[in-house]
Amino acid sequence: MNKIASFTTSSVGRKLLMGLTGFFLCSFLIVHLYLNLFLLKQDHGSTFDLYADFMATYPLIRPLEIVLFAGFLLHAFVGGWLWISNRLARPVRYAVNRPAENSSLSSRTAFWTGTFVLIFLVIHVNTFFVSSRFFPDGLSMHERVYEAFQSPLYVTFYLVALAFLAYHLKHGVQSAFQTFGLRHKKYETLIAAIAVLFWLIIPIAFAVLPLYFLLAH
Amino acid sequence: MSGTMTITLNVWRQSDRNSKGRFARYTLPNVSPDMSFLEMLDLLNLDLVRKGEEAIAFDHDCREGICGTCSLYINGRAHGPLRGVTACQLHMRTFHDGDSITIEPWRAKPFPVIKDLVVDRSAFDRIMAAGGFVSVRTGGVPDANTIPIPKPVAEEAMDAAACIGCGACVAACKNGSAMLFVAAKVSQLALLPQGHAERQQRVEAMVARMDAEGFGACSNTYACEAECPKKISVTHIARLNSEYLRAKLI
Repeated sequence: MNKIASFTTSSVGRKLLMGLTGFFLCSFLIVHLYLNLFLLKQDHGSTFDLYADFMATYPLIRPLEIVLFAGFLLHAFVGGWLWISNRLARPVRYAVNRPAENSSLSSRTAFWTGTFVLIFLVIHVNTFFVSSRFFPDGLSMHERVYEAFQSPLYVTFYLVALAFLAYHLKHGVQSAFQTFGLRHKKYETLIAAIAVLFWLIIPIAFAVLPLYFLLAH
Repeated sequence: MSGTMTITLNVWRQSDRNSKGRFARYTLPNVSPDMSFLEMLDLLNLDLVRKGEEAIAFDHDCREGICGTCSLYINGRAHGPLRGVTACQLHMRTFHDGDSITIEPWRAKPFPVIKDLVVDRSAFDRIMAAGGFVSVRTGGVPDANTIPIPKPVAEEAMDAAACIGCGACVAACKNGSAMLFVAAKVSQLALLPQGHAERQQRVEAMVARMDAEGFGACSNTYACEAECPKKISVTHIARLNSEYLRAKLI
């Protein structure tokens, strides 16, 4: 087996793939949030729609979209693969087990929080991306967002999904640094600060938008 | 006898590797708080033998917390409820009169149960044989300090070398991962100049052997560090990851 194949099928290599795709998806979160915050600009969504149109029509965005989808799929696929092989490593479970005394809940539930986020993403992409790109009905993206977030049920679902995303990232971000071997006393504060940005500040900023459209309009 | 305790034990009994196991319940009176956990099991075995029953098989050797032989999952924790101690250094004063204690063997596919509480940990030996060594010509003992090693580096290597290979990391990890064990060995040798020559093939061979044995992958829950009787830090896993990345990509 050549080096790349043995790397991607090994336990450490698969973890590195998880970390790499995780970092990539985190970078996308920043871009996504930056564009979303234009929804708060009091110009009836014209700046936001300008960016949305750019994202939908500029030719160079297409390959980036494909890379992004591939990143999501790879992260989910490798995560599922690891979860299955990890389950197989303990065919007989303990009768009495107290994991809460030696590890955090967020670290033990990363697969499940990730699965929920994936389900959310399918619905999210269908609501905004698929409908506007493949079934255009004349609505601008701003109008689409406005319409979607008039439903308290839909907004609640978003907030729950963001809570799951936050919990997923609470484990995932610092975990990715560990996986890349970037763990040292010197950098602990910096890594903790980056982790807080991703698992706390960014999800809260995302949560402001559905609440704004539901409550302020 | 005053000051003694009566303990109820739920112990995993299994005749051999292929048979189906079950929990057996025993009530043990006259347990001194000063007994070690293994001495308590000795007392129980004495009682069982007197009754004509088969003694419970469990691994033990030095009973000083340094050999890594004892391997009991006690009330849902590897080596019991205390941090930084092996089961042999756990004392019955940690428990209370009337307590019920469940004792299970390490549970992991690469650690099959041989009998009762004894598991086969030879998978660790095979990982070590794959690369957990430094190939040097034997001969006279070199003079001290001929190879300068900075004190912090030597300290860190010694911290990794404290691993006794008991398997608590595997037992505690929800994925049955041996990464803390492998990381301690890789890290110890990667830190020292004597280990540099073979660092690339070492990490590749040891990780490949670890995977072939059927251990799970690390998902950074850090349960291993919390349960390690020698408090090996997960920083060594970070070093294993970077050693592996470096070996594969450079």
